[in-house]
Amino acid sequence: MGKVEKIHDVPTINGEGFQLTVLDKVIGAARANSMWPLPFATSCCGIEYMATMGSNYDVARFGMERMSFSPRQADLLIVAGTISKKLAPVLKQVYEQMAEPKWVLSVGACACSGGIFDTYSVLQGIDRVIPVDVYVPGCPPRPEQIIEGMMNVHRLVKNESLRRRYSDEYKHLLNKYHLNEDE
Amino acid sequence: MSNVTQETVLTRLQEQFGSAIISNEMLFDVLTLEIAPDKAHDMIAWLKQDDVLKMSFLTLLGAVHYPNDKGREICMTYHLHALVHNVRLRLKAYLPIENPSIQSIADIYVGANWQERETFDFFGVNFVGHPNLIRILNEDTMDYHPMRKEYHLEDATREDKDDRYFGR
Repeated sequence: MGKVEKIHDVPTINGEGFQLTVLDKVIGAARANSMWPLPFATSCCGIEYMATMGSNYDVARFGMERMSFSPRQADLLIVAGTISKKLAPVLKQVYEQMAEPKWVLSVGACACSGGIFDTYSVLQGIDRVIPVDVYVPGCPPRPEQIIEGMMNVHRLVKNESLRRRYSDEYKHLLNKYHLNEDE
Repeated sequence: MSNVTQETVLTRLQEQFGSAIISNEMLFDVLTLEIAPDKAHDMIAWLKQDDVLKMSFLTLLGAVHYPNDKGREICMTYHLHALVHNVRLRLKAYLPIENPSIQSIADIYVGANWQERETFDFFGVNFVGHPNLIRILNEDTMDYHPMRKEYHLEDATREDKDDRYFGR
């Protein structure tokens, strides 16, 4: 029997032919290193995101090269660009169609707060309709900033409880957005 | 080179419509006529089928809001183009804001259909006889016409532009 050691702050026992560790952490690491993003790109931030996907910045390094254009197979909703009020219900429906566990990355000033478009037709931040995990400021943010945002999402994914969706806190959050249809 | 000029257009229109043409001027090198709103449809239809003028292309239509011009707040503007003569014409019809109604020209130009919907959407102009006068660009639940100058351009729900945040 081996002794308890800490690997990346996770208590682990390495024995002959087996390893004992914390399931939450293993699943979290697996999730974080193979996130399937759904790019909801509507404007110039979307172009920066395309640069992020390209070979210079290369999100494939983080296991994120598989863009999911179906919300049903996506883990991370990346909203990059201005969302008009007319588009808000569409965004909300895309979010609702994603399966748990799911995270949201808001890229750029427009998605975060409406940005310079302080006007009658533009949604003043996507957090008016869906919960957001990480905000990336910038107009538009550089690919480095978007990657930093993704790293922060990864940190969340690695450290969150496996059954986040059953927590009262999470239920309360979804209730605030009227997203809990089973209750 | 065609011999139809802006003067020809004005003369022929005055012969045909007389008092429906309230005034005329040259604005940015284009003949601009103020016309009676109830004659706008007939005039555009006649211009399209007239063998001499052949003014058969609708460049655009739109509206302007002049909030201080009592009784004629909404200005409906039509830009027409005679492609064979390369002569342009601008028609303006002023409508009161209480009842900004004008006959639709979607039966003359099919392309006017969406432009009239847009003008309805942003200015609330009621195009009588339009086949489908509903909003085209803004959300369906919007309850006002945002390009009228009586409304704020800014979004009323925005919170981060509070003066307190900027020390004002």
